[in-house]
Amino acid sequence: MKSGSNLEKVLTAGHFAFTGELGPPRGANVEEVRKKAAYLKGKVDAVNITDNQTAMVRMSSWAASLLLIQEGLEPNFQMVCRDRNRLAMQADILGAYAHGIRNMLCLSGDHQQFGDHPQSMGVFDIDSMQLISMVKKMRDEKTFLSGAELDEAPNMFIGAAANPFAEPFEWRVHRLAKKINAGVDFIQTQCIYNMEKFREWIRRANDMGLTEKVYILAGVTPMKSVGMARYMKSKVPGMDVPDEVIKRLQGAGKGKVAAEGIKMACEQIEEFKEMKGVAGVHLMAIEWEHKVPEIAEQANVLPRPQVD
Amino acid sequence: MIVAKRKPFDEIKDMLKGYKKVLNVGCGTCVAVCLAGGEKEVDVLNAELDMARRLEDNPIEISGFTVERQCDREYLEALDAVVDEYEALLSMACGAGVQFLAERYPKKPVFPAVNTSFIGVNQDVGWYEERCRSCSSCVLGMTGGICPVTMCAKGLYNGPCGGTNNGSCEINKDQPCAWYMIYERLAAQGRLDCIMDVVPPQDWRNQTPRTVIQPGYKKPEAA
Repeated sequence: MKSGSNLEKVLTAGHFAFTGELGPPRGANVEEVRKKAAYLKGKVDAVNITDNQTAMVRMSSWAASLLLIQEGLEPNFQMVCRDRNRLAMQADILGAYAHGIRNMLCLSGDHQQFGDHPQSMGVFDIDSMQLISMVKKMRDEKTFLSGAELDEAPNMFIGAAANPFAEPFEWRVHRLAKKINAGVDFIQTQCIYNMEKFREWIRRANDMGLTEKVYILAGVTPMKSVGMARYMKSKVPGMDVPDEVIKRLQGAGKGKVAAEGIKMACEQIEEFKEMKGVAGVHLMAIEWEHKVPEIAEQANVLPRPQVD
Repeated sequence: MIVAKRKPFDEIKDMLKGYKKVLNVGCGTCVAVCLAGGEKEVDVLNAELDMARRLEDNPIEISGFTVERQCDREYLEALDAVVDEYEALLSMACGAGVQFLAERYPKKPVFPAVNTSFIGVNQDVGWYEERCRSCSSCVLGMTGGICPVTMCAKGLYNGPCGGTNNGSCEINKDQPCAWYMIYERLAAQGRLDCIMDVVPPQDWRNQTPRTVIQPGYKKPEAA
């Protein structure tokens, strides 16, 4: 075991992993975190805690992660390269580990121009690839990025993102290979709607032997409405929403679109369970945490395995 | 070249409000080429300042003097004989020129008339685009002649990120994704192996003032 995290145990034991996501509040509202956490408890193996997502200031991801630990859930601490330099990152990794955080997800981060402080300086001292290798170095070589020895290593289970849909498509598997070479243990993908393209991506990853070196969790976000689907298609960079998805939601009829969205997500999850190279699902129910129990039930992923 | 843009007129006027006799020093090199601070721009700005101050009933005596390069002592020397006649200096050079001027005449207030923008190229008359951040460790050989530090909005060394959007950057559809371009160019050249390995973190020690001494030269004993 690299970290001994629940997520690592579940994946290592060969179970189909199921992770969730929780966005920290735009304020110091502890109750909001506890409320969202309660919906996820027992329904997922770990919960991603986003780090100033979409470049909007929120409660820090490590702090919200600690609240989750208090509630008896396992956080997957997200860290973006936009807001901190290598000193602050390493310090936060040590602090997070000291407080019991065992998983982390290494990301570039949305550009600051999208958020509520577009005037800010984007740090990007290191990029997501370099962050992965830095955490691995801290864990496996027990040294800082500088090479200096550290006093007790942060044994993190190291995650990263992958977008199977962004162009150039041919480069996507090579970028995945680079992340594996950098030292990543698990991958959570961008939200998948274009199943055909995803099947092709995972086929290529299988052919290159990559899925034997890393656990891939397929990203699923149920559509709440036709408007959401249209927004994701046209406004969210790197998102691939085929017209059939929008058509099917439109055909669901008034008041039944959200249920149809959940049904579509569950169908995807069923396919992922059987798909070679896919080790689990990462469910991003954006501001829909209260629906997670229902989705988990319908997707037949309960009860979650207990691995010692 | 170094590209600059003239500051808003009111900002310049405000900086000079307490002075009645000012010398506006233009620069005949980069900022002249990019139409921001050469001889012509000195004349235009001086005429505007003269008129505005007259309208305010607070006239200013403003002269112009454009040197070949404000970042070169050899050319600044010509100013020595005239500087004493003025209360303050306005510089239309880049930030390096302004500082070199202020360093040479430490008793004179020196004000910048342009905002130094970037190192860039001339796309057309009056249209300039940034191409170099002078990071001090050039990777253009590996990236097909496209700078990831300058052209990628996140300055990524291992791109593209997940926000690459059909060849555009996530920040703007009109902004090409640097790493998409890098991939396309290297693929066309059969050199994708250049970007297969993880590039290690950059040495950003360029954040303290840098010095270059070319081979065969040395730093003078006393400047």
